[in-house]
Amino acid sequence: MSENLDDMYREIILDHYKAPRGKKPLDDKNVTSDGHNPSCGDELKMELKVDSKNNIADVHVNCKGCAISVASGSMLAEFIKGKSLEEVKKISEQIKKMLKGEESNITEDIGDLDSLKGVRQFPVRIKCALLAWVTLIEGVDKFEHGSKPDSFTVSTEDTD
Amino acid sequence: MNTETTNKDFVFDIQKIKSDYPILQREIRGHKLVYLDSGASTQKPIEVINAHEEFFKTINSNIHRGLHTLAEESTNAYEKTRTHIAKFIGGVKTSEVIFTAGTTESINLVAYTWGEANISEGDEIVLTDMEHHANLVPWVMLAQRKNAVIKRIPITDDGRLDLTDIDKIITEKTKLVAVTHMSNVLGTLNPVKQLAEIAHKNGALILADGAQAVPHMPVDLLDLDVDFYAFSSHKMLGPTGVGVLFGKENILDKMPPFNMGGEMISEVSFDRITWAELPHKFEAGTPNIAGVVTFDAALTYLDEIGMDNVHTYETKLTAYTIDKLLQIDGLKIQGPNNAINRGGAVSFTDKDLHPHDISTYLDSKGIAIRAGHHCAQTLMKRMGTIATARASLYIYNDESDIDALFDALIAMRKYFGHE
Repeated sequence: MSENLDDMYREIILDHYKAPRGKKPLDDKNVTSDGHNPSCGDELKMELKVDSKNNIADVHVNCKGCAISVASGSMLAEFIKGKSLEEVKKISEQIKKMLKGEESNITEDIGDLDSLKGVRQFPVRIKCALLAWVTLIEGVDKFEHGSKPDSFTVSTEDTD
Repeated sequence: MNTETTNKDFVFDIQKIKSDYPILQREIRGHKLVYLDSGASTQKPIEVINAHEEFFKTINSNIHRGLHTLAEESTNAYEKTRTHIAKFIGGVKTSEVIFTAGTTESINLVAYTWGEANISEGDEIVLTDMEHHANLVPWVMLAQRKNAVIKRIPITDDGRLDLTDIDKIITEKTKLVAVTHMSNVLGTLNPVKQLAEIAHKNGALILADGAQAVPHMPVDLLDLDVDFYAFSSHKMLGPTGVGVLFGKENILDKMPPFNMGGEMISEVSFDRITWAELPHKFEAGTPNIAGVVTFDAALTYLDEIGMDNVHTYETKLTAYTIDKLLQIDGLKIQGPNNAINRGGAVSFTDKDLHPHDISTYLDSKGIAIRAGHHCAQTLMKRMGTIATARASLYIYNDESDIDALFDALIAMRKYFGHE
């Protein structure tokens, strides 16, 4: 198998794709956010339960899309649970930078998320990996600044 | 059928043909390239590549203006392609062959000139449910500007036009029928001649999008009796940036020009401007001269094979492709499941895998296909999918390419854990 392909579809990514985390919808949620990449058709629905200390108590991600978008959403669900909103905002921006190949200052151990780096070798697929993170940033923003009257769907394709 | 597109003596030697295309020697990610994306753009034989180089080395200059030798030679070469095309599509008049930047511009030209002048409030424009955005967006926008009505010919579940209610769809209110000759997604070959008859019976005009048809089969526009026909050079071995609009002379004559500027005028003063004769009325400015001249080499290459032979060969290979793909569990062909009245654009979906994963996987094996909505979002919706993977064939493909695709698709399902 080509090394390039295995760089992108690392075993960890395939593992998340085959058994996505955060699959169970939340009974008790206070944030919902939807993402959509029209040209791929990827659709991602996210639910968050933010507790009184502004920590993410629980998260649900349902992504209908390619292996990369599903795996990225699954890793996100696993990673952000228990983290504070501040931490989540910071790491989301760093992951975005990492995926886009920009300089990022990730000092902490990001575990499985590190495997998303391989996507950079397939530039057209970067937006697939970004979808969950952009949807998260939008969700957190809505939580902190109030929901806009016309809740809109975010996309990672506008920035291409 | 005119003799230009028929060559009974040609012996189809696929290895010889493959050797004409330098790019097919390329390695992609450690594998020899298997190019199955000709529906998007075809590769170029060495004859075409050389013709392009030769133009710049020997006769490069502007056309229809200068009085020097180079200008004369380049003008002649440019007009030679026009004459060649007129023969290639059934023996139409050279005044009916307009050079554009591509199929999209050809259709927009009609929408912005004939459409603006002839479509009024309440008029109906008939499209089909399998149109490429190039033959959909210009008409939807025109209808919005004019308060006209868009009607659609539906398709069956196996991707054929459903003509059951055609008498209710094309009526005396219809001003234009705009239909693809061959679907870029489904591969379906549509009954353009029959639709032209129905359109004309109702006093409407018909435009056919031939981008996927002209490269793959003999096309006789006099027989089809269409009013407008559009296609592109780059989907038939020629360079990008060159397209053709055919229009019947009596209709083109009455149409206002599209782009305004040099070359398309006869006399100009500040009070009064008269238009040039056809086809120059529609060719303002300096065109893609090198592209048009090079296109002639592509047409000559296809003549040598013969479009009948191209069509026969591709139909056989399409049947082989469909047969192989149907053997793979979880795979569904989106479009006709047989090679009857169908071209070599074969779309498929996998019940477990996204087309983009399919495309990336195949790319890792050196196999180039297209994945996405293929500029046909309304068709995707009709088929109940967001995107498909598409393998599209041309004369330089053979069974070994399809076998490589087949093996890779089997391995892919295993790789992603869907055995």
